Amino acid sequence: MATFIVRRVLWLVVVLFAVSVLVFLIFFATPGVDPARQMAGRNPTAETIKNIKHEFGLDRPLPVQYGLMMKHIFVSRDLISYGSHTKVIPEILSAAPVTLSLVFGAAVIWIVFSILTGLAAAVFRGTVIDPLLMILALIGISIPVFWLGEVVNLVTQSRLHGFFLFSWVPPLGYTPFTQDPLLWFEGLVFPWLTLSVLYIGFYARVLRANLIETENEDYVRTARAKGISERRVLLRHTLRTSMITFVSLFGLDFGVLVGGGALLTEVVFGLPGVGLLTYHSLTSLDLPVIMTTVIYGAFFITLASALVDLVYAWLDPRVRPA
Amino acid sequence: MSSQNGGPLLEAEHVFKYFPIKRGILIQREVAQVHAVDDVSLEVRRGETLGLVGESGCGKSTLGRCFVRLFPLTDGRIVFDGQDISKLSRRGMRPLRRELQIVFQDPYASLNPRKRVGSIVGAPLAIHGIGDRRERKRQVQELLEKVGLSPEHYNRFPHEFSGGQRQRIGVARALALRPKLVIADEPVSALDVSIQAQVINLLADLQEDFELTYVFIAHDLGVVRHVSDRIAVMYLGKIVELSPAEELYERPIMPYTEALLSAVPIPDPRESAGRERIVLEGDVPSPINPPSGCRFHPRCRYATEICSQLEPPLVDYGNGHLAACHHPLNVDKETLARATVDDRRTPAEADEAAKPTEPAQRAR
Amino acid sequence: MAEPLLEVRDLKVSFRTEDGIVRAVDGISFTVDEGEVVGIVGESGSGKSVTMMSVMRLITDPNVIYQGEILYKGRNLMQVSRDAMREVRGEEIAMIFQDPMTSLNPVYTVGWQIEEQLNEHYDLKKGQARRRASELLAQVGIPRPEQRIDDYPHQFSGGMRQRVMIALALSCNPDLLIADEPTTALDVTIQAQILELIKDLRRDFGSAVVLITHDLGVVADIADRILVMYAGRIVEEGNKEQIFYDPQHPYTWGLLGSIARLDRPKARRLTAIAGQPPSLINRPKGCSFRPRCPQAFDRCRAEDPQLTVKVGDGHLDACHLSVEDKRARRDATISPELADTA
Repeated sequence: MATFIVRRVLWLVVVLFAVSVLVFLIFFATPGVDPARQMAGRNPTAETIKNIKHEFGLDRPLPVQYGLMMKHIFVSRDLISYGSHTKVIPEILSAAPVTLSLVFGAAVIWIVFSILTGLAAAVFRGTVIDPLLMILALIGISIPVFWLGEVVNLVTQSRLHGFFLFSWVPPLGYTPFTQDPLLWFEGLVFPWLTLSVLYIGFYARVLRANLIETENEDYVRTARAKGISERRVLLRHTLRTSMITFVSLFGLDFGVLVGGGALLTEVVFGLPGVGLLTYHSLTSLDLPVIMTTVIYGAFFITLASALVDLVYAWLDPRVRPA
Repeated sequence: MSSQNGGPLLEAEHVFKYFPIKRGILIQREVAQVHAVDDVSLEVRRGETLGLVGESGCGKSTLGRCFVRLFPLTDGRIVFDGQDISKLSRRGMRPLRRELQIVFQDPYASLNPRKRVGSIVGAPLAIHGIGDRRERKRQVQELLEKVGLSPEHYNRFPHEFSGGQRQRIGVARALALRPKLVIADEPVSALDVSIQAQVINLLADLQEDFELTYVFIAHDLGVVRHVSDRIAVMYLGKIVELSPAEELYERPIMPYTEALLSAVPIPDPRESAGRERIVLEGDVPSPINPPSGCRFHPRCRYATEICSQLEPPLVDYGNGHLAACHHPLNVDKETLARATVDDRRTPAEADEAAKPTEPAQRAR
Repeated sequence: MAEPLLEVRDLKVSFRTEDGIVRAVDGISFTVDEGEVVGIVGESGSGKSVTMMSVMRLITDPNVIYQGEILYKGRNLMQVSRDAMREVRGEEIAMIFQDPMTSLNPVYTVGWQIEEQLNEHYDLKKGQARRRASELLAQVGIPRPEQRIDDYPHQFSGGMRQRVMIALALSCNPDLLIADEPTTALDVTIQAQILELIKDLRRDFGSAVVLITHDLGVVADIADRILVMYAGRIVEEGNKEQIFYDPQHPYTWGLLGSIARLDRPKARRLTAIAGQPPSLINRPKGCSFRPRCPQAFDRCRAEDPQLTVKVGDGHLDACHLSVEDKRARRDATISPELADTA
């Protein structure tokens, strides 16, 4: 197990290095782009540009430029955004908890509801409940997040805000957990639900398909032949082995979302998370921010896939390292 | 027997095939090897059926695949029809693929479910650019008839057929290019006994019609004896006995062969109850770390000390009957005196000392 | 005679499909006595597995239709509640399956899987189940059971997995063990080991055994009585001696003739049964075996033969041929090597 972990950590480092080099080359070594000019802000003097060029080694060979850039990101942490002229790293660090809050909450909701839906559909196969649930799931998958988010906002923030069901919903925005846990929770309820709808539908369908496939496995028949109760067969045998695919999917989706993939939800609900940050930096071609958020995203995705492999090994002894 | 030139159709000389086992952090190192085929020398004569038997993991399938060069050898030489094919490149093998074909065990897994029977059987023809489309269709339909299917099956999909019929499709595919040598890798193991008989009869008919040479791989000595002229018994990557089929059955020399024979069920209750059944204990040991000396010694009821220390060489007991054993069964004194170590087939280090010290003669 | 352990009365099992009703089992009756070994022999699709799966009520296909009675110790299993049936399964009747590679759950240790069954049926203290599981593994010949109990199925070879399956099946001392092609996926040497084991265990545990197979050679040694099934029906039934030395149905002859026998001189050709089993949706008129039967005559087309006693005590067959005709004709099929020399 130790070698396995070491290997995954080394792998993480290699992937991060590769991603950072790639992103660096795309943004800084592309002909026709003068990063120094961009970094200097509006109407810079020749002097400022020269200073920046020197500071980031832009007049020196590419490997040195890359090294200096990494130093600004990871060591001195003083990379400056083109747009807001603030330091990028603290900005990302303050955005991360917002995204984490959003994604964690949504993940809990979508896991619970997708398992319930998937199980119910599989158990009630052959009745109307199964196709009904699956159509609902398909609708969930088909609704675009930005549209659903806007509709939710319209209902909870204006049209029915006066109605007792929605009167508690706070205005758009984010309240840190440390500041007011209740407000944090209330502000996130609808973003959570909105974000999880797509995943509930998707995961429920995947799980149902897996359950039905596993149902035909010989070892499920063996379990029945042992005289075990249907409930136990379903939970300990069918569901347990079906979770293997489920978990690998979950790890990757979770990584992508934490890494900034919840962008649309954050934009719609005005949550100042990493997605929103990426969104703004993309619209203004803010190279330092883009660079940093991409590396940040890659980190979470690789980390998630490493965790998936660990959980996978725990779920399935066949892939355990000998 | 048809023989354009006198030599054997295929000759394997000191063939080794090891599969590496890799492990490591980031960079994979080779930590061990699976000794799938370990110094095998064998010839396949023109027009004969050579049976290759042994338990799962004895390397019989790997050896069959070495014969048709499905992968490169670790060491050794394979000469097909006078030409050394062991060093040929993929491109160099291409013209020879027409002459060397293989029929696989699992009729369910070895046919592409999305392709029609016509294109499965016709694929080898198309790949080798034989005939135009109409000519190929005619040939395929003719083949389908030959293997006992009907030409109308041309446009059907594999899933519409039963296991036995699928195996017929696999046979038709293998025969499309009129090969000289067909490796039949457990062609009937997955089929019902009644269907096995159909396929075995079919293979026998086709051998006559197409003047084929077969290497027939199976774990059931009953079936192998029925189809084979000669039989090679493999154990953990080695040939332990090689003999004309009837002789192997009349007087097995190697105790492993004896055990294999006694494991075949006999559909005759009285005889079945009467005969002594040698049940081999345990499984075949791991080919990663084969036992020392004679590889069979941990499961052999005749094993003595020498068996665990010295590897017995293949000894020629005359009449084309070879066996590698320190305690040969069913061998009388005279034969034993005449027996010679077959030098072409034995590793150099095997010497006279490896020959049995006391003439062990046992009734079966 | 005492009441049989298992009595199947006119069992019919059909499946509704898009193409029509598939009559997988079409009216069969038989009994299994206590401690008896019954072999059920036939080709794939002859209904032998479906019959025994029905006894266990293990068919989960919602399109299945049952008719008839399955009496186990006098109780009709078709009518007992689901919970009562669960108690029968594993505790009274246990089953082992063809493919030991896929029949054990890959994510649990073999010990866990045996203990699960023990805990389901008995009220055991902690540690007791584990001790019993380890004993069982030892009984079926698994070396170092105390260590292997914590291994996962993929760490065992095929033969060893089948032993684990047998340990699992025997864990509650069932009165009836159903073995569905238990050796088909295994090497001949391992097959011999497993058959030997089943024989030993029957002696030790005293269970009745129903052994399903497509190979008459497998049951020759072990079965007391044999049922030959074809297209969902029993076409011949008799004790071992009757089936092997005086077989009455041409299908049985075909099964015997298909075996490449080591105990006889090599035949030039095997007498295979020509063709394929018939469609179970549109069964041929008259005798189902007629299209493949070299002995068929007019009456076979017109009239469906019934399973009746024709030669003597407990030996039933469903064939229109007269006993004399059968005895005169069958050797050409069963012993082709004799025909060669003649």
